[in-house]
Amino acid sequence: MSWLDGLSWFLLLLGLVFFIAGSLGLLRFPDQFSRLHAVTKADTLGLGLVVLGLSIQSSWRETLLMLLIWLLVMCSGAVSCQLLARFSRDAADAEPLISHQEPGQTANSTSPASAPVTKRAE
Amino acid sequence: MGLLLFDLVLATVVLLLAGTAIFSRNLTHAVMLFMAFGVMMALAWARLAAPDLALAEAAIGAGLTGALCFTALVRQPAALDSKVATSLLPICFVALITAALLFSVWQIPVSPNPALSHEVSVALPQSGVAHPVTAVLLNFRSWDTLLELLVLLLALLGAQQAQSSLTLYAGWSLSLSWSRLLSPLIILLTGYLLWRGAAAPGGAFQAGALLASGLVVLRLNQQLTWLSWQNPWVRLAALSGLLVFVLTGLFSLLWSSSRLWLEWPTAYAGAVILGIESFATLAIAVTLTLLVVGEPTEERADA
Amino acid sequence: MMYLAVAILLSMLLGMWRVIKGPTLLDRLLTIQLFGSAGVAICLILAKALSMPALLDVALLLAVLAAAIPAALVQRLRRQI
Repeated sequence: MSWLDGLSWFLLLLGLVFFIAGSLGLLRFPDQFSRLHAVTKADTLGLGLVVLGLSIQSSWRETLLMLLIWLLVMCSGAVSCQLLARFSRDAADAEPLISHQEPGQTANSTSPASAPVTKRAE
Repeated sequence: MGLLLFDLVLATVVLLLAGTAIFSRNLTHAVMLFMAFGVMMALAWARLAAPDLALAEAAIGAGLTGALCFTALVRQPAALDSKVATSLLPICFVALITAALLFSVWQIPVSPNPALSHEVSVALPQSGVAHPVTAVLLNFRSWDTLLELLVLLLALLGAQQAQSSLTLYAGWSLSLSWSRLLSPLIILLTGYLLWRGAAAPGGAFQAGALLASGLVVLRLNQQLTWLSWQNPWVRLAALSGLLVFVLTGLFSLLWSSSRLWLEWPTAYAGAVILGIESFATLAIAVTLTLLVVGEPTEERADA
Repeated sequence: MMYLAVAILLSMLLGMWRVIKGPTLLDRLLTIQLFGSAGVAICLILAKALSMPALLDVALLLAVLAAAIPAALVQRLRRQI
């Protein structure tokens, strides 16, 4: 086993550590936004390390493809983290209105720009 | 040993997800678990060294079916709580179907029939493509594929009868620019899957489902306003796969010497298959997009 | 190599507990993210372990869908559920 194989396995195992860390964060973190954080960041890094570890043992074409996949997952992790968090914040904003008014249309007028500031504190 | 362990864990996860998806009392959660089930099924097909099926399952099972189920959920007038079945008749019905399925699974030979795959590999040079799965789907058994396209079209027509209008909301600028950023990549990858289908795993259904997911994201962000059943060109696009398939079949029936329905002349088979697959991709993408997005009649500028 | 895939699968299973339990909708929406990144990783490892480069295409497709689907779902579910 050459030192390159050793490096590859080191990166793969490090990636595994980050995957486990992400899952533990998902289990143990106290509120939903930090759990979101755990999954989208730790798993992305874990995937990156796995990609790096596998690239060492692969041809350049496979390496390029895997790097493209990682880039894509990195971007989508960041974007969908934002989207999901905003979605959840808006849903939390709309909920009290739904409970004592007609559900549906009335909730639409109440997502002004000031709402993020108040809700961020949660 | 490692493979066996992986298989065991994967099978457990798949069964667990299927069980929780079925027994979940909240339909939204059930749909999410079903999407996760789709991803795991794609991995299972990948493990079984069937990348064609893995691609199809990933694109349709994990991607579009979830979006489709969510659309159906949003259309529900009120949140329906799923109830545990109490009447005996449906239980008997389901048990009967389960028994039939189990019986048919039992009939599948443990090792695949070598004679059949030998036959395919012998006839492969005449098929016009180098990938056996594509050869079977679009040459040897193209009748099946033609009928699959018909089934998809019928599903769309049925949904058009039943649907009510849904509102499309303006997205955050983040979601809009993300969908715009993603679309060239999706188009490129669609072409890649379609082109690769001749020689490697890929093909019209996978490519069409992928293109549809790109179209759905753009459409839900209030882009592509022309993409509606009212537009005659869109109707033509949804029909095109079937139309081109049938016309090519008729043409080859009249023109080629063999006089067999859906039998492509060997010299042109590759081009014929690529042409059919291209239009089938377009038709599948448009059909699936219309199924998922529906016909939004009222659009809100922004809230 | 397969043991690594098993370990990632198990960590995914660990995360699934939260997905099944909830309590909020966001926790459940994280399914997509969790299965997106970990599923892609398992697919890449399978491609290497079974030496089937075609599985890289599957991983690419999974990654693209994991990118596209949240944007679609969030748009679809906004103010609806």
